[in-house]
Amino acid sequence: MTVEFRSLHKAFGATKALDGLDLTAHQGELLALLGPSGCGKTTALRMLAGFEHPDSGQILVDGEDISGIPAHRRDAGMVFQSYSLFPHLSAAENVAFGLRMRKVGAAERRKRAAELLSLVGLPQHADRYPHQMSGGQQQRVALARALAMRPKVLLLDEPLSALDAKVRVTLREEIRRLQQELRITTVFVTHDQEEALSTADRVAVMRDGRLEQCASPAELYDSPATAFVAEFVGTMNRLPGRVAADGTVQVLGQRLPVRGGAHATGTVDVLVRPEAVEVHADEHGAARIMAAAFHGAVTRVTVALPDGTSVKVDVSSHRAGGLAAGAAATVRLPERPVLVDPVAGGAGSASAALAGSVSGQGAEGGLAG
Amino acid sequence: MARLTSRSPRWWRGVVGVLAGLYFLVPMAASILFTVNVPGQGFSLSAYTGILSASGFGQSLLLSLELAAATIVVVLGLLVPAVLAVRLSAPKLRPVLEIVCSLPLVIPSVALVAGYSDVLQWGPQYLSRTPLFETFVAVQNPGFPVVLVLGYSVMALPLAYRALDAGMRAVNVRTLMEAARSCGASRWRAVFQAVLPNLRGALLNAAFLTLALVLGEYTMGNLLGFRTFAVWIVAIGGEQAQLSVAVSVLSLLITWALLLVLAFAGRARSRTSRRSAVSVAPALIPQESA
Ligand SMILES: Nc1ncnc2c1ncn2[C@@H]1O[C@H](COP(=O)(O)OP(=O)(O)O)[C@@H](O)[C@H]1O
Ligand SMILES: [Mg+2]
Repeated sequence: MTVEFRSLHKAFGATKALDGLDLTAHQGELLALLGPSGCGKTTALRMLAGFEHPDSGQILVDGEDISGIPAHRRDAGMVFQSYSLFPHLSAAENVAFGLRMRKVGAAERRKRAAELLSLVGLPQHADRYPHQMSGGQQQRVALARALAMRPKVLLLDEPLSALDAKVRVTLREEIRRLQQELRITTVFVTHDQEEALSTADRVAVMRDGRLEQCASPAELYDSPATAFVAEFVGTMNRLPGRVAADGTVQVLGQRLPVRGGAHATGTVDVLVRPEAVEVHADEHGAARIMAAAFHGAVTRVTVALPDGTSVKVDVSSHRAGGLAAGAAATVRLPERPVLVDPVAGGAGSASAALAGSVSGQGAEGGLAG
Repeated sequence: MARLTSRSPRWWRGVVGVLAGLYFLVPMAASILFTVNVPGQGFSLSAYTGILSASGFGQSLLLSLELAAATIVVVLGLLVPAVLAVRLSAPKLRPVLEIVCSLPLVIPSVALVAGYSDVLQWGPQYLSRTPLFETFVAVQNPGFPVVLVLGYSVMALPLAYRALDAGMRAVNVRTLMEAARSCGASRWRAVFQAVLPNLRGALLNAAFLTLALVLGEYTMGNLLGFRTFAVWIVAIGGEQAQLSVAVSVLSLLITWALLLVLAFAGRARSRTSRRSAVSVAPALIPQESA
């Protein structure tokens, strides 16, 4: 089933939750909705489920507008962020709830509930009640419940955010496996970029109620369309640069082409990934190693440039020997087009402020990507 | 119910328990002793056997039970939809509901009754030529005074509201509702099959409190001139002191028995709501007389 959002708008009082969202999820794919908290991901999902109604715009399912269809006839299975199992029903009864609503016979219900519970790996938990299960188990049952009615689309609203790190990783792999097995169109909301990149076929990055970019994880990481996407997905360094009249940018004493072409001349921030920076120990170098953190295969080295800018560089750990804190070094960029972000003006400073808050979160993701 | 595992000695709890127990049990034991110890004759159950033959006992008890049942239906019928609506679609109205439901607490029941009796008096005069006159007569039918149900419903609002609100706090009503809806349940089915079963404890609590209130209510029944159970107890007490205390003890036992029946009826059907187990508050002990 194809789902299409067409210029959705939704305001809650003065808050614009959705501000012209355009997005399509194709048949059988897992589409992740990624974005910072409050950017409208949940609102978009709840609109598809029928719990919110757009102020304007349309939602098309297989080309048909579904705005007139009430939530319980939308054929969408949903897993919620908070634990949502019915406390008065056992796991099997929870899974069979939807079938009961459809007046499926008791024997058939029991059979299907057992089938789904083993599908999510909990065949012995049929008679447990929600309060007798761990958070991860509850979310598995919730997943089974959402799949029990063979919905046309599966909606997941940060289903893993209440779980601890280890369970989160196993469960997300399992969700991916099930989704591929059942070939069900799935919309997966998350604010965790690593989760989105590692599970989704395509990732839609949202910002302030709008789509920023929608692309495959690799494309998103390698060629982000905007500075916002670049910084939200993975880790980014900002290096001071200057765009010359010929459209190249002067950075770290090098002259590099600008990706997508320079739109203005003057001072800019050059955005580069930690793994795209080269650092060498060099006793005549002007830069200085501030710290080196071992992350297994790679070591993340923090280097201070002469002007005080600090740069994060990932080097493979077996080459990190000479890069101890305090050593002098040189930093350079490979001869490739780079992404630039204008510094001057409101927009530039706003996204620069954002960079600070995002880079911490991106720390693990940079290694995963 | 966070378990406070403090290191303070356990005997404290015992002392507090014993003191509280004494506070409740001593008066009761004294009452019972008074009823079974007839001066000059020693032990006798004559006070209790006398109750059954006393005129009006069964009638007034039955009336109070009927009134209680009707009041429970009215209160829950009004409050459950209101509380759900406030949770699900109009959270801004919640303070309004809360204030409305708390008003009866600050209006003494005597004042309430004064208002009622005024209306009941002038109403028929002004409306004597309209069909509403019949309504005024009907609500005061001594066989089943609807006016008392109305009054009791108002008086029970604060108790029932607190009970329901506490129950709603314990479950995420909105998520349950949406989960049910996404499983293909219409709004009604979602309420009846996903939300209300999880509020069973709260509903029972509200029913308990209302039942206890109605069985013990004296002021309104007496001032409006109806023979409810509490009114009957006071009336009989004026004649025979021993019998009246015996009736009080009996009414206490009857109330407890009813509460237990309600609790077990609720428990039997919900194998799971152990966590929301019904707590019988001490406030349930009926206020015997005014
Ligand atoms: N029912 C609501 N009432 C008022 N504001 C809301 C409501 N739902 C969402 N919002 C606001 O809309 C914005 C987007 O919310 P949401 O879609 O939940 O974001 P996300 O899921 O991306 O964190 C937020 O600013 C939020 O405060
Ligand atoms: Mg959300």
